[in-house]
Amino acid sequence: MIDQKLMRFEEKAVFTLRSLYRKYGYLPYKMSKFEEYELYIRNKDFLVSDRVISFNDTNGKLMALKPDVTLSIIKGGEDRAGEKQRVFYNENVYRVSESTHRFKEIMQTGLECIGDIDIYDIYEVISLAAQSLATICDDFYIEISNMDVVCSVLSGVCGNKEFVNAAIKCISQKNKHDLKTVCNEFSVDENGYRKISNLISLYGERSAVIESIKEICEPTLVDIMIKLSNLLRKSEFGDRIKFDFSAVNDMNYYNGFVFKGFVSGIFCDVLSGGQYDNMMKRMKRKSSAVGFALYLDRMDDLNCKEVSYDVDYVLIYDELTDFMKLSSKVKEFIDSGFSVSTQKTVPANLRYKNILYLNKEG
Amino acid sequence: MLNVALPKGRLGEKVYDMFEKSGYDCPLIREENRKLIFENSKTGVRFFWVKPSDVSIYVERGAADIGVAGKDILLEYKPDVYELLDLNVGKCKMVVAAKKEFRDDGIKILKVATKFTNIAADYYAGLGRDIDIIKLNGSIELAPILGLSDIIVDIVETGKTLKENNLEVKETILPISARLIANKASFNFKRETIEKIVFAIKGQVEKSD
Repeated sequence: MIDQKLMRFEEKAVFTLRSLYRKYGYLPYKMSKFEEYELYIRNKDFLVSDRVISFNDTNGKLMALKPDVTLSIIKGGEDRAGEKQRVFYNENVYRVSESTHRFKEIMQTGLECIGDIDIYDIYEVISLAAQSLATICDDFYIEISNMDVVCSVLSGVCGNKEFVNAAIKCISQKNKHDLKTVCNEFSVDENGYRKISNLISLYGERSAVIESIKEICEPTLVDIMIKLSNLLRKSEFGDRIKFDFSAVNDMNYYNGFVFKGFVSGIFCDVLSGGQYDNMMKRMKRKSSAVGFALYLDRMDDLNCKEVSYDVDYVLIYDELTDFMKLSSKVKEFIDSGFSVSTQKTVPANLRYKNILYLNKEG
Repeated sequence: MLNVALPKGRLGEKVYDMFEKSGYDCPLIREENRKLIFENSKTGVRFFWVKPSDVSIYVERGAADIGVAGKDILLEYKPDVYELLDLNVGKCKMVVAAKKEFRDDGIKILKVATKFTNIAADYYAGLGRDIDIIKLNGSIELAPILGLSDIIVDIVETGKTLKENNLEVKETILPISARLIANKASFNFKRETIEKIVFAIKGQVEKSD
């Protein structure tokens, strides 16, 4: 019988999320720790960090320790008309830490829905992202942006690729003042600046954002946003999901809805996801796809309740102690719900609540 | 309580004035003392002074919800934060400077001394010019005088130090000013408070324009 009280935060989260994803028909996806190095080099901008641990396999092939899970799932799947592949994973990935600049093993959990995707699937994935965050913390938010809306507004103003990249950077920073400079550099008129600036100002409650977006965006895209918002309105955590166009992602890989999740007490996003049809096309897949990853390693601070001791009892015995008595004493403590560490001397670094000595006489 | 990281020094004092005039004052901060944190429970704002180059770190890592950092720091460290407002103070320029007689013939690798290695690397990568970066932490102007570098990439306010050392500005990379930045997670959880402050300070910026 597994005692959940003894599980670490990460283990408990994985345990709970696994059961949540299974309920929605997502199947576990297990993969090898290694992948061909070439896969990551071809798609390095898709990775959170572009540095990969590589090594030569016994046959000379250059291999890598997985820095990402999604690419392997895309590579391993096949397109079947009308079908959807729903998988979830919790795997260790190997990336360079942003703080130490050294490789780190990170536990990543997430899910992918690949195939004939429609607005319901996108809603379901976002709803599962919200439920995932809710299992971790009561106070959370998900920001949703739509890359098609962002691209449509930007290309309507100026098609220059350099302009689009610079403007996307300003949108991601909610930076209207530098946007003005960028617009001047590319001779974008006041009207064009105002359109993009409006997009930066649009965030928060979904229906209010939709009302304002109607003025600057194509009706077909507005319609998609309305459909998603209506579905989310009826979901359990709908009020925790907002529209915010600053949650942009790389256009070479992502399209349509992209999103980020935040929990109170953690300084950065802990969940990131979206539609990645462009990535699928790059990997010669015909299907559409949507998914998310949850960065459990970023949530260390959430569960840092200080434990004041390591064990309830330290049981000190010596060479004359009757081991039968020692064994039954240990069992007695454990059956009563206490933890016990048997020792011959009191360990210097062990924090304990009580200490008992068991000698020859018992 | 909203945590605000201010840069120590003249710029920080100017910026605090803007907060004060916007209704987010903290009288304790004006007193002579060695305190590092100043709180006003009435306005719900807690200020703290940090090294200017550290403000973006405090904000990015969530120790401060908002803060004020120079555009030079934001371009150099590229923190993942929102940049909500140009405060129009602390204005200066990031420039390329060298000895008056220096001419870049484009033949040999250009030796660049700077504190801002990323800005310098990005600028010369954009020009397709091969450079050798020499990272210094202060007295950058000394480098070309002593032959340590051909040029320097540094911040110039009045240009007086350059002039006094027989150096001159060769190129302006970009104008610099102080920016109000916010932590992305805090913006979600303390949105109304942050928006109120941004609105009030924007009023101050517009007044001074």
